[in-house]
Amino acid sequence: MIDLQSVAYSYSGRELFSDVSLSLEPGSFHFLTGPSGAGKTTFLKLCYMQLQATSGQVKVFGRDPRDMNRDEVAKNRARIGIVHQDCQFLDHLPLIENVALPLTVGGKDPDSAREDLNALLTWVGLSEQANRRPPELSGGERQRAALARAVINAPDIILADEPTGNVDWEMSQKLLSLLVELNKMGTAIMVATHDLNLIRAAKKQVSTRTLRFADRTLKTAGADL
Amino acid sequence: MSDRVSIASFRGFLLGDVQADRAVPPTGFTASLTVFAAAAMSFLAVFALALSLTTDRIAERWSSELARTSTIRISAPEGQVDAQTEAALKVLRTTPGVSLARVLNADEQRELLSPWFGPDLPIEHLPLPQLIEIEEGGDGGMDAEGLRQRLAAEVPGAVLDDHARWREPLVQAADRLRMLGVVSLALIGLTTAVMITLAANAALSANGKVIQVMRLVGARDIYIARAFVRRFTLRALTGAAIGTALAVLAVMFVPQDATQDGFLTGLGFENGEWFLPLIIPVLVAIVAFWATRTAALRTLKEIS
Repeated sequence: MIDLQSVAYSYSGRELFSDVSLSLEPGSFHFLTGPSGAGKTTFLKLCYMQLQATSGQVKVFGRDPRDMNRDEVAKNRARIGIVHQDCQFLDHLPLIENVALPLTVGGKDPDSAREDLNALLTWVGLSEQANRRPPELSGGERQRAALARAVINAPDIILADEPTGNVDWEMSQKLLSLLVELNKMGTAIMVATHDLNLIRAAKKQVSTRTLRFADRTLKTAGADL
Repeated sequence: MSDRVSIASFRGFLLGDVQADRAVPPTGFTASLTVFAAAAMSFLAVFALALSLTTDRIAERWSSELARTSTIRISAPEGQVDAQTEAALKVLRTTPGVSLARVLNADEQRELLSPWFGPDLPIEHLPLPQLIEIEEGGDGGMDAEGLRQRLAAEVPGAVLDDHARWREPLVQAADRLRMLGVVSLALIGLTTAVMITLAANAALSANGKVIQVMRLVGARDIYIARAFVRRFTLRALTGAAIGTALAVLAVMFVPQDATQDGFLTGLGFENGEWFLPLIIPVLVAIVAFWATRTAALRTLKEIS
């Protein structure tokens, strides 16, 4: 689905990473770890086509983003569920409309998907908060809402950037269990995190592969992960 | 097929997409600015249109009235005036395009001079030239140059004044004023486009995060642009309708005097012209649509 071959990324003349190769297959579960500033978020942005690689080749659903026009980028992004660390909501809309946003921008009527939306909010434990606005929610509620928005369109892959960064251990376990559940249904998952306990907890539930940014490239993590 | 698509797109634009409209938060400052700018510009546009049409109408009236009449002035030594007047009338009777030739009597000449010398002028004792008023008629019109040559040969004291020296500056002035009206309308349209573009850019900048989020969840540029374009077009249409209505009311209350051909008492519309200002809100809406769409698509291209 997403394939990277010898990819490098530089900005302002500084090379962030190079010679990165990775293939995200359907049903796979990857963790991406490394110190802050190593390039985890940048790597995810390359995957969802917000940035272009400096060299090497990125293919998203079989096509190089550089060969896609803006409408094609949008169309392919609709197949990717993205969970940002800061969630990125439209603060003036109630939660349920934020979660339905990928449907509405795709021209689908959210009223016809009302049952699915309610079921999804129940699944992430936010049915009571459906009509509240994002600033009124706690960090954990916002992260779960971001996950609900990422999966509403039944994406082929979910890219999550520090999804447990602002929540306590109990909530991070709950978010992890939601991701594991999605993965078991066939959705490919890639999670960027520096929370090693989260990675160890996931390994007990599902087969995962952990990659670590070190020495400006991406390597398979050691046996402890 | 393409026609059906564009009609569907236009219908979709008019009806709007409630979800897309809700995704973009209302921005009070740019909303007020757009409505006010459209209203003010439309108000001015109605006056420019009225000025242009009034100028055209009055100039046409002056021009046609002056073009239909000419005057022969006979300046001859005492004792020859009557003979030369009769000779001139004889020439005029055989001149094609002349429907009436009439000698002005003393009372009529006094009336002509009264604005300058008062009503009690002893005209009988003054060596004034005799005036003959000519009215033109017929399909071909009068050949002024041919008549001038015949008069020079047969009536040496006669001078033909076909009012060309009055008419030409009037026609020139009318053309200039008409052109000023058109230039004013074009400038008003351009200024409207600039102001709405600035307001749209401000709204797009203020909603940078909204646009970014919508792009990340898979929104196409045209979907995002449409929400802004529809909002600004409707605001401009509303403002323009208000401005046009107020301007038309103002024009209706400009004092009218049908007996005078002045600008101050003649500014306004006549008959079917009253419907012309209805075009202004539509044109403003088209300008707003084009300006916002261009600004939105340009801004969106800068967001990955």
